[in-house]
Amino acid sequence: MQTEGTYDLTTGAGLVACPRCDALHVEHDLEPGETARCIRCNAVLASPRAGAFTRIIALSVTSLVLMVGAVFFPFLEISRMGFGNETSLFGVAMAFSHGALMPLTVALMATIIGLPVLRAILLVYTLLPLSRRRSPFSHAVGAFRLSETLRPWSMAEIFVIGTALALVKVGGLATISLGPAFWAFCGLIVVNGASNVFTSATTIWDAIEDGGASTDGRELSRNAAP
Amino acid sequence: MSHPEETDHAAPIMTAHRAGLIGCRSCGRVWPESEIDCQRCGATLVAPDRRSLNAVWAWLLAGFIFYIPANMFPMLRTTTLGGIAGKTESTILGGVLELLHYGNWFVGGVVFFASIIVPIGKFIAIAWLARVAGRPATAHDAHWRLGLYEVVEFIGRWSMIDVFVVAILSALVQLGFVASIHPGPAAVCFALSVAFTMLSAQSFDPRLIWRGLPLRSRKD
Repeated sequence: MQTEGTYDLTTGAGLVACPRCDALHVEHDLEPGETARCIRCNAVLASPRAGAFTRIIALSVTSLVLMVGAVFFPFLEISRMGFGNETSLFGVAMAFSHGALMPLTVALMATIIGLPVLRAILLVYTLLPLSRRRSPFSHAVGAFRLSETLRPWSMAEIFVIGTALALVKVGGLATISLGPAFWAFCGLIVVNGASNVFTSATTIWDAIEDGGASTDGRELSRNAAP
Repeated sequence: MSHPEETDHAAPIMTAHRAGLIGCRSCGRVWPESEIDCQRCGATLVAPDRRSLNAVWAWLLAGFIFYIPANMFPMLRTTTLGGIAGKTESTILGGVLELLHYGNWFVGGVVFFASIIVPIGKFIAIAWLARVAGRPATAHDAHWRLGLYEVVEFIGRWSMIDVFVVAILSALVQLGFVASIHPGPAAVCFALSVAFTMLSAQSFDPRLIWRGLPLRSRKD
């Protein structure tokens, strides 16, 4: 166990390196609401929030429920001169399912539906035991790292803005009505945004470590004798 | 623009690299240079080294190569009134000009910005950052370069918007005889170009920006 404020420059124990500029900092446990920033490049190093884990779990479950609605309800409907067409989210992804464009269908399905769902499940898996102050599940480390790697590839919010643009584009040519899936998707964006505000990767890594996974005896402990 | 933290610091800032240590880019934990994997989060430990720039250049080149057919092939194929009223194929630039022609300045502007200005700006910005990484710089330069890197990293995924617009239009506008829209091969090239450029930006190690700073500030 490492006591707060002590560090070792030969092993790196008790130190934190800024991932953006490599500046070394001495590790301290933060109170909820405090934010640690890099002394040189001002990047956020950690920002624990009170009750963050429970909130992230709640928001992740909400996003899963909304995603079910977004996938199965009609997304958009268009009509002009008596001809009509209705499309669901799957229909949008399937737009590229002819011939050589097939791989793009898979990529679209993944970025719009697959990755947001997978990330929500991974976050719940990582945080559920931690929020109840139990030791984390055995693959929590891999699960959270995967979730962080996938973060830039989950493009639900870009898709919604793209939908808005497409609507403006064809708005003058035909009558369009928005289905329940469209609104579910808008809700999803708000929920995911809120979840990102509460997520501080460093804090979750600390919690996984304090919870007893893959520890090397370096985690900070306030109660350890100096 | 002034950075009080930077100018007020008489002593140079100690970095993990100067201390002979290696910092984990995924979770921030510091390890001796002999370690291979971070024992907390399992990520591979990488020292801030110019050799890692090879991956940046490789992905950037791949992204640039796919950007060329993305601009030459049609993005959208539109058929109106069963082909009587016209069958048009539009490229990215052609689509923008068409939108502007019909007075749709807003959508035209957004597509122009997201599909032409942003990708080209990204190619130039990443190439420049990779070229000057690790070269001598002042603290002010480094702050500016990190800011540029953060903009590139943030904005990269938003170029995908044009691919989504094409997908939605193709799925929605299937009105049989009246009008139908089909995606063209440029959509795939453009999506690949955006993905490769994102990978290029992700392989750039921002810690290299700070490697070129002098060990001591001018004041001491």
